[in-house]
Amino acid sequence: MPEPMRSPQDSRETWPFYSAVALFLIVLPLLNVLPPEDSWLHLSDFRLNQFGKFLCFAILAIGLDLTWGYCGVLSLGQGVFFGFGAYCMGMYLALQIGKESVYGSDLPDFMVWTQVKELPWFWVPFKSFWAGLLGAILVPVLFATIFGFLAFRSRIKGVYFAIITQALAFAAWLVFNRNETRLGGTNGLTDFKQILGFRLSDPSTQRGLYILTVLALIGAYLLCRWIVESRTGKVLVAIRDSESRVVFSGYTPWVYKLFVFVVAAGLAGLAGLLYVPQVGIITPAQIGVLPSLEVVIWVAVGGRGTLVGAVLGAVTVNYGRSVLTNYFPEAWPFILGGLFVVVVTMFPDGLIGILRKLFSGGPPAPGLAVQKAQGGS
Amino acid sequence: MAEDRFILRCENVTVDYDGFKALNNCNFSVRHNELRVVIGPNGAGKTTLLDVICGKTKPFSGKVIFGDNVDLTTKNAETIAKLGVGRKFQAPSIYGNLSVWENLDLSLKRTSKGVFSTLIGKSTPAERARIEETLEMIGLEAHAYDRAGSLSHGQKQWLEIGMVILQDPALLLVDEPVAGMSDKETEQTGRLLQALSEKQAIVVIEHDMDFVRQIARIVTVLAEGTVICEGTVEHVQADDQVREIYLGRAKVAH
Repeated sequence: MPEPMRSPQDSRETWPFYSAVALFLIVLPLLNVLPPEDSWLHLSDFRLNQFGKFLCFAILAIGLDLTWGYCGVLSLGQGVFFGFGAYCMGMYLALQIGKESVYGSDLPDFMVWTQVKELPWFWVPFKSFWAGLLGAILVPVLFATIFGFLAFRSRIKGVYFAIITQALAFAAWLVFNRNETRLGGTNGLTDFKQILGFRLSDPSTQRGLYILTVLALIGAYLLCRWIVESRTGKVLVAIRDSESRVVFSGYTPWVYKLFVFVVAAGLAGLAGLLYVPQVGIITPAQIGVLPSLEVVIWVAVGGRGTLVGAVLGAVTVNYGRSVLTNYFPEAWPFILGGLFVVVVTMFPDGLIGILRKLFSGGPPAPGLAVQKAQGGS
Repeated sequence: MAEDRFILRCENVTVDYDGFKALNNCNFSVRHNELRVVIGPNGAGKTTLLDVICGKTKPFSGKVIFGDNVDLTTKNAETIAKLGVGRKFQAPSIYGNLSVWENLDLSLKRTSKGVFSTLIGKSTPAERARIEETLEMIGLEAHAYDRAGSLSHGQKQWLEIGMVILQDPALLLVDEPVAGMSDKETEQTGRLLQALSEKQAIVVIEHDMDFVRQIARIVTVLAEGTVICEGTVEHVQADDQVREIYLGRAKVAH
């Protein structure tokens, strides 16, 4: 009897994975570079950059899917970890502006107009690229470890955990908004010029960042897939299904929850780190309660408990937003809210569930269902 | 002789829910490799007794000695599970979205159940053989790859029994295993429990008297939180107090 640790459901993600890799890593960059600009096939620099942003969101969504979709831990504060990553990289980029700033000072512009004479101590390490890079991952990871340890050890779960993480998002938003935090207040950090000597305004730099984002997303996906296919992944689903039984089976659920929460925070930091040089600005508005909630919607729309679903949801919803806000800018929040309600009530397996139904012709597998193997029962 | 030693001794256990004594100075002992059935009317404290043993409920007073000298009332549920007390809940408590095999695999006793050893751990051939053996014992070989949530009620109960025995408990607590089962399933469950009692002590809570007659060697009767009678099925059924409290009411109920 072969060991069925790899359930049939997981291998069903193989072809969507390879097609997504081919599309984002090869097809889109080629459509940007090869066809002449007036060809209908040409993908503009603007569009490619936009996809880069969506793929950053996909990395963020994969992390939430790991905690929420697989382990049942709903975090409404993923935007905070994204923000930590984005601000760490943003601080490095802000210090790279140098004399090119509006005021011609070595200090970032906002410090000049808020009368800061000297670089605050916590800014100093971010003169180094490596501090920006490592900080973007390690700060969210450390913060999530401490926060998660306190919350999960105290057996805070379900809706209470969701509320606490939402409070965290609100608190972070307040703190980042203050000028005294020395992170640019409501205006955030922006007007970046270069990264490691490459001009950010140069399309080839943006193309490079785009490729790096696709590679990071592939890495994030493979990491999460490795986790969910391991025995740990089965424990995560078991915790979601019946936490008390997991305890009696000899596992300590809170340690597993902490583990996925920390992994998701690290991925959110990675997403933030890649987001900033591509979008060129990070403000508190991008890290508060609402952006954190949107991640939940992406995952729900794509399909909880399937990693490709998280990616699909993040890209589709954000692409939809970029198209629809051109036509109905006012209506977007209602469309998004309506979409969430429709998905939750009518398509609990999200877009992935619908696609599976179309392609297999049969009913969609419920959530993480293991397909009947040998036609038993 | 090892069989004569007690694996579990509850001494003067009292559980007080805001004045209602679910267990009242309850004394209850189980020997090694014994299959003990606990019966009693609704509200007699049967489930509370199991809750106290497995650490889900802390008693107001009294001791629960496991093995030679471990007092379970000072331990939490996780520690008690690791010490070797397995619990089969009344309602099937399985992982519905995992396959039957995965359910058993997760439950198998292993040296470490921490995140990292679980992350990189692979099943050894011996572990796989153990799972196959258990699948056979609980009669679910044909369903190894099925989603556990798709099993019938009786199959779920057996799966959970399989999950509990894979932890190698020295003492197995089983709460109303045959509730909602067909006659055939009930009989199979009885045979399963009897086979298991050759390796570990089992405490079964049950309402179904036919089932009790099938499996019981010694029956303990609980009423109002106290043991009122203990002995063979015949002995218990002949006891006047038991007839009055338990069987009398049961007749009215039917």
